[in-house]
Amino acid sequence: MAENGIGASLKRKEDPRLLLGKGSYVDDINRPGQAYAAFVRSPHAHANIKSINSTAAAAAPGVVAIFTGDDMAADEVGPLICGWAISSKDGSPMNMPHHTCLAQGKVTYVGDHVAIVIADTQEQAKDAAELVEVDYEELSAVVGTADADAAGAPQLHENAPNNTCFDWHLADNKADVDAAFAGAAHVTKLDILNNRLVPNAMEPRAAVGDYERSTDSLTLYTTSQNPHVARLVLSAFFGIAPEHKLRVVAPDVGGGFGSKIYVYSEETACLWAARKIDRAVKWTADRAESFVSDAHGRDHVTTVELALDGDAKFLAMRCSTKANLGGYMSLFSSAVPTYMYATLLAGQYTTPQIYAEVKTVFTNTTPVDAYRGAGRPEATYALERVVEAAARELNIDPAELRRRNLIQPDQFPYETPVVHTYDCGDYGASLDKAIEIADYAGFAARRDQSKAGGKLRGIGFSNYIEACGIAPSAAVGALGGGVGLWEAAQVRFNPTGNVTVFTGTHAHGQGHETAFAQVVADQLGVPVENVEVVHGDTDKGPFGMGTYGSRSIAVGGSAIVKAGEKIIAKGRKIAAHLLEAAEDDIEFTDGNFTVAGTDKALNIGEVAFAAYVPHNYPEGVEPGLDESAFYDPLNFSFPSGTHICEVEVDPDTGTVEIVNYTAVDDFGTLINPMIVAGQVHGGIVQGVGQALTEGAAYDPDSGQLVNGSFMDYTMPRADNVPSFNIDTTETPSPLNPLGVKGCGEAGAIAAPAAVMNAITDALGTENIDMPATPEKVWRAAQAAG
Amino acid sequence: MPTVSMTVNGQAVSGEVEDRTLLVQFLRENLRLTGTHVGCDTSQCGACVVHVNGDSMKSCSMLALQAEGAEVTTIEGLASNGELNPMQQAFMDNHGLQCGFCTPGMVMSAMDLVAKNPNPDEATIRENLEGNLCRCTGYHNIVKAVQQAAKTMGG
Ligand code: FES
Ligand code: FES
Repeated sequence: MAENGIGASLKRKEDPRLLLGKGSYVDDINRPGQAYAAFVRSPHAHANIKSINSTAAAAAPGVVAIFTGDDMAADEVGPLICGWAISSKDGSPMNMPHHTCLAQGKVTYVGDHVAIVIADTQEQAKDAAELVEVDYEELSAVVGTADADAAGAPQLHENAPNNTCFDWHLADNKADVDAAFAGAAHVTKLDILNNRLVPNAMEPRAAVGDYERSTDSLTLYTTSQNPHVARLVLSAFFGIAPEHKLRVVAPDVGGGFGSKIYVYSEETACLWAARKIDRAVKWTADRAESFVSDAHGRDHVTTVELALDGDAKFLAMRCSTKANLGGYMSLFSSAVPTYMYATLLAGQYTTPQIYAEVKTVFTNTTPVDAYRGAGRPEATYALERVVEAAARELNIDPAELRRRNLIQPDQFPYETPVVHTYDCGDYGASLDKAIEIADYAGFAARRDQSKAGGKLRGIGFSNYIEACGIAPSAAVGALGGGVGLWEAAQVRFNPTGNVTVFTGTHAHGQGHETAFAQVVADQLGVPVENVEVVHGDTDKGPFGMGTYGSRSIAVGGSAIVKAGEKIIAKGRKIAAHLLEAAEDDIEFTDGNFTVAGTDKALNIGEVAFAAYVPHNYPEGVEPGLDESAFYDPLNFSFPSGTHICEVEVDPDTGTVEIVNYTAVDDFGTLINPMIVAGQVHGGIVQGVGQALTEGAAYDPDSGQLVNGSFMDYTMPRADNVPSFNIDTTETPSPLNPLGVKGCGEAGAIAAPAAVMNAITDALGTENIDMPATPEKVWRAAQAAG
Repeated sequence: MPTVSMTVNGQAVSGEVEDRTLLVQFLRENLRLTGTHVGCDTSQCGACVVHVNGDSMKSCSMLALQAEGAEVTTIEGLASNGELNPMQQAFMDNHGLQCGFCTPGMVMSAMDLVAKNPNPDEATIRENLEGNLCRCTGYHNIVKAVQQAAKTMGG
């Protein structure tokens, strides 16, 4: 291993600039002469727009322009689309509503975009936006997932009868699964809610659209997890500018968690308007705007059933879910509750038969799309809750019930009944290690101790699996996805021997500038400080698909390795020539090309110099040492692990304290264990937030988001959570050159089930939903006596 | 428009502001000190924390005019000659930041905490950072960073 190569907890290269206040986030960027945008948003959950009068607003100080949906339509700006086609059980295609950037005739949620007001200063734009008079005809609203498709519910979209987008199942195997249930010794059934979450990256979304008339080219500085995809969408679907005339820059981005995958109305309108007024247009969301306009996550209502035989082996599972899409479809919102969800319902177990059906509904709420974990937390929650409940009903230790049903290490590759073929794993090893670290054996004594103090102690497991490294393009296409999900990289030796690496992924907290440099240092034998990783600018480096779904190291890292292999292959030719040896006799280790069995060697830096100053150079070899690679993964990767949460509940106040949280994860090879641990910590706290404190609350009558601020939407704070005990096991993935699996979402996937299993254990009832607020816990504790 | 004058990171500065201009807007827009961030509109997130006359302060909760004559320190004012100060170094050593957006406010709050309580235990650190939201780190490594900084800063 090179010093500071793969496996080293190298301190991050990105930290000094961020710690010195020298990061460059979108709101830090200012273009000469820029104007500022503010949006007129719907105050109603559901309304027809009868008229828009902007006379007073247009006359307000500093106002440059006001545009509505009609103006964008006149310019033929295309609608916002969903990029993943799903068909219903009967074969009919999903009902995708027409969704314009700025509303035309109708709004479907509070915060929906009605007009863009542009002025010389931000204050002037905001002041003028308040002067735009919109005459609304209010309509009754529906916000709840369960009743959205009920007879008589207000209808959102003409082409979506009963507010239904699609009614899908994974496979037509219900009769077989029903038969397995009929013959089961025991059936456990749970009705559960997966609460709606607001992603709340700490940096609000922002955009600066810039136009250069002399070249008729546009630049968008934006808070994006995938600038190349944003450019593609802005060009191909919205028609704002052709790709070669559009540059998208996503500089330092302050967290994403899925919410910055999508191209939203605001960014699109700012870019379009920049050309209209021939002036840069800047917009930065207020937090209040973020709450109503960033795509939300989760929001499922599910009935899950598990059938077991007399030995408590899982026979079959049935899972029926209704998922809330919000007011319109979002970029991947059809895939999240289907192929990102139902395909994970086998979990770590050998359950031979699974039937999963999902109905998606429109409601007068903010659109829902991928949020950290995206479908996989919902699947893990349904599965791990019902497994834990089954253990309790059968009076079997929950760890033992899991162990009895785990896929064994010698069964890989393992084909589940729900599409996926798992690469590798040793689920028992993670479970055993977690049990030891959590001192599960000592739990009974701790429970007694708590009881003596008037407290209820509970412990809960969550054995999760996730599908990461998304994804093989052909598989994505076969399942309805509209894109390929490969990744690209370019490894460029500069003449003086240092290296610039371009990646199509994007980091917004994940530390790619460090981890990817470690990969290159390790492979090419260059000191890590001589490797610079560049991302986030469509004018620099190859097209790439971006960062989400814990894909960056597995797919993006593999692309870098493939480019590095080309560097070595070319370097070998050059070295053979310079060392006057046969190419086959050249060995490459630790950055040196050596003639086998001799001490004749050239460092890769010397070879790079020769490639750029090719005076003495092999015939037929191109100058330069600069290689690109596109990597399409062979399969998803499947990180897994066991999380164990121990809580103490005060039955008198309903407060829940997490007294111990253990996570043992298998992410395959670790590139930088320090960064990996950080990803786990952050994921766990987002999962704890879902379980204990977070949940978007809509007023059922008015459709207002009643907790749309940090005062009301309670994200975990430092004093709400403990420190964690985390560890890893390691079964390297055989399917990518690094053996990595991805680590970004594990915590958010595993934690909700672990926390809720602990709380339900403490309370002695399954009858409590997330978020388990003190009020709900207190009520459940009282009801359980 | 009224003029406001103050000392920011040791330098005398002044500028024209509206009555409603917040201190954070003055720092970011007038002075282009963009290290101080804005993460909310309800004074709940702490991304904007700076020091005003030696105390940590959410700079979104104060008008620029209220800082007339004040000594203000922002994240840009902590390092000397580009060298991280012990708190910044501790955040780096312990991976106490990911996306870095909460970080300036978090570091400024932590500096104030350690100045007033040189030897804080974990519970004290967590309580004192309660006004600073971080969505990335889960706080685990931030707590470790503050513990390290308290030690190196002579607690
Ligand atoms: S910006 Fe959130 S507290 Fe000041
Ligand atoms: S590091 Fe991203 S919000 Fe704290």
